[in-house]
Amino acid sequence: MKHINRFYSWFNIWFVTIALGCIILAAPVGLVFVSVFFPQTEIWQHLSSTVLPDYIVNSLILALGVGLLVIVIGTVLAWCIARYEFTGRKQLQWLILLPMAMPAYIIAYTYTGLLDFSGPIQTSLRDTFHWQYGDYFFPDIRSLAGAIIMLSLVLYPYVYLLARTAFSEQPSSFEEVSRSLGVPPSKHLFKVVLPLARPAILMGAALAMMEAFADYGTVQYFGLSTFTTGIFRTWFGLGNGIAAAQLAAMLTSFVVLLLILEYLSRRKIRYYFQGQKAQQVTRQKLTGSQAFWVPFVCVTPVFFGFILPVLQLLKWASMTYSKQLTSEFWLLLWNSFYLAAIASITAVILALLFAYGKRLNPIKPIQFLVGVVNLGYAVPGTVIAIGAMISLSWLDIKINTLTENWFDISVGLVFSGSLFALILVYSSRFLAVAMHNIDTGLSRVKPSMDDAARSLGYKPLQILRTIHVPLMKTSVLSALLLVFVDVLKELPATLILRPFNFNTLAVRAFELASDERLMDAALPALAIVSVGILPVILLTMLMDKSSPHSSHDN
Amino acid sequence: MAEQVNLYSARKEALIKPLLDKFTQQTGISVNLITGNADNLITRLKSEGKYSPADLLLTTDVGRLHRAKQQGLTQAISVSAAIATVPNNFRDEQGHWLGLSLRARPMMVSVDKVDAQSIANLEDLISAEWKGRVCIRSSSNIYNQSMVASLIVQLGESAAQEWVNGLVNNFARQPQGGDRDQIKALAAGLCDVAIANTYYLAGMLSSKDETTQQQAKKVKVIWPNQAGRGAHINISGVSLAQYAPNKNAAIKLIDFLLSKESQLWYATTNHEYPVLPDIAWSELLQSFGTFKAEQVALGKLGELNAAAVKMMDRAGWK
Repeated sequence: MKHINRFYSWFNIWFVTIALGCIILAAPVGLVFVSVFFPQTEIWQHLSSTVLPDYIVNSLILALGVGLLVIVIGTVLAWCIARYEFTGRKQLQWLILLPMAMPAYIIAYTYTGLLDFSGPIQTSLRDTFHWQYGDYFFPDIRSLAGAIIMLSLVLYPYVYLLARTAFSEQPSSFEEVSRSLGVPPSKHLFKVVLPLARPAILMGAALAMMEAFADYGTVQYFGLSTFTTGIFRTWFGLGNGIAAAQLAAMLTSFVVLLLILEYLSRRKIRYYFQGQKAQQVTRQKLTGSQAFWVPFVCVTPVFFGFILPVLQLLKWASMTYSKQLTSEFWLLLWNSFYLAAIASITAVILALLFAYGKRLNPIKPIQFLVGVVNLGYAVPGTVIAIGAMISLSWLDIKINTLTENWFDISVGLVFSGSLFALILVYSSRFLAVAMHNIDTGLSRVKPSMDDAARSLGYKPLQILRTIHVPLMKTSVLSALLLVFVDVLKELPATLILRPFNFNTLAVRAFELASDERLMDAALPALAIVSVGILPVILLTMLMDKSSPHSSHDN
Repeated sequence: MAEQVNLYSARKEALIKPLLDKFTQQTGISVNLITGNADNLITRLKSEGKYSPADLLLTTDVGRLHRAKQQGLTQAISVSAAIATVPNNFRDEQGHWLGLSLRARPMMVSVDKVDAQSIANLEDLISAEWKGRVCIRSSSNIYNQSMVASLIVQLGESAAQEWVNGLVNNFARQPQGGDRDQIKALAAGLCDVAIANTYYLAGMLSSKDETTQQQAKKVKVIWPNQAGRGAHINISGVSLAQYAPNKNAAIKLIDFLLSKESQLWYATTNHEYPVLPDIAWSELLQSFGTFKAEQVALGKLGELNAAAVKMMDRAGWK
């Protein structure tokens, strides 16, 4: 009997829906791996004897560096905000998230403009002290270390968001127990607080590292040899698309490894939020010197990740805005906004579907399929976009052949030539972001809660409404926000797949910047940041309202 | 339905749209535009097959046009009166592509530190005298790839490799940034000689930003190999897509892009050299001086692109 039951659960409607959804979303990533079956011996000999070691080492250093730095910045910030009460805390809560709205390549452009050898800072140093090139040491922004800092400055909010929730949800009883046992606060931090928050912190770091692996704009501008720059060099320069896809497959394998590590570290400490109204930790009011330096520490990442670059952009934009603020510009703004809105809603709906499917059917095939789709986040946008273009065009050609044979009309490129292609790629690429948030949220709903409700005679929809919706609200909102901001900043796929006469702010900013017209790129870049801020503020407001201890905040 | 033409353009929107708008005004033919990286556009064209809506492919590098032709994505453009005025070496033999503007890639020196007479040829750059003094961007960039490919055509494989090795040996720093960054580094004294496309220098000279202008003024163009093979050039050009649904309108657009008005616009707005010999240069372009250009069969550059990249990989040119 049991076997038959299990067999049925395999083929229920959930499984079919999810499997189908996953396969469509995973197709672009899957195409990358198909390349492995077409060996390119000659080109790999060339690559491995010349540039491949550089690609591997640099990509690894970049991702690990970013991982470490975002853990440090994100955790410290989350701790300060979750546990201390100080002047400006309320404002900092959302200020800290602002760098999220800043595309990494834009921050790289602005800092290069400031810190480069020919930039204002080094020039005034030389003028003041009458130095020449070689007379003094100044760290080179366009280096691996520079790229790690640039990416970390805009990626730390991933860790902060997750860690902050983890910190503020730990009941104060833990602290009381430690204190009553004579455990000093510092030991409590390292023995209790951090281990409990570890899954959240590592999850945030994993997301940031995946972004670092997939980054193209920054490393390309800094002239670094990484996997992503290597993929394009092999594809465009050497004219070998298959070898390029193989490089992408290799990069993706690194990410698989990363995700397995993250999963293993989480599996050891599987626990569910206890659900009962635990007494939340009261934030400690800071006095004396602490009241000064804690806010100072919290402001620093915001200053370097947002305020300073925005000031630079404002300065540039003030010189160029008059000829750029046309009706066409507002159209760009609107395009960017609605595209990001549609894509984030789609991705979150899919993530909810998959997350519940996984929960109701905790079987291997589904978990595997969802895992494959999650990989999309680490594959460079261009690679996924090309994968989608090839598969959708193939579909379109088949459809057209069919309609021509049957109805003697051709319907044109309905999928590859429309916004559908873009939405598919965004969903495929950013589903991981949504999934991570939804999974975290869902892990807070103990399975025993469902059982209890069911035993009380609640219908599934009632359970959803009365138990899941309230507990999941914050996670769904943060998933929406993160995907929205990611799509807003997304560049390569938009560039490749957009239909005729359709532009976004990111495309405009990139076109101007890549043409080395940084000043003209400043206005669209600022607009991306401004549109990105709106949901950030909205989210913090909603998070505040829905958090169980909101009475403390207001 | 009103006449229209669909354009896949590797030239950025800001650098082509104003011209297209003028075309629409004059002819009533509307132009639909997708911009993007040339290779991506070619992949799109290829995967769309015979249902592709594209009429024209516009690129800023001849190698890409050649690549599209080799993949069978283009067709011969019937020679109109306007097209006949384009010099033969800027047109494909079978008429699959033709040039719309010229882009030159000479040497540039810092006027404060270098005597313009002290350097005449690209080959000079690899002598010990220039060790630690040369700035150039990454070899991932298509301009460098085309330049090295043209050296392979003209000097042969081993001499070209020797030149690339020698150049890398004389770098002032690891390649980084774009062409403008090389010019800025020159102005700031980080290096003494650089290789960059002229329209970047021209763009800086006509910039609204005072600092940028000052930087550009410290730089002088040196036309290399004037006694020999000439300076390296490339073209921006156009191909007619194999399955172009609006062929007539597409040809009209090509004719328009070769009109005197458009050619002047290229020169004054984008600071590129007109492809037609009888169009007067802007004052800014004249200030760089006239030059003798290479006479390479441009299609060759596309064929040798991979060889050039491998050569630069072997030399350690990042």
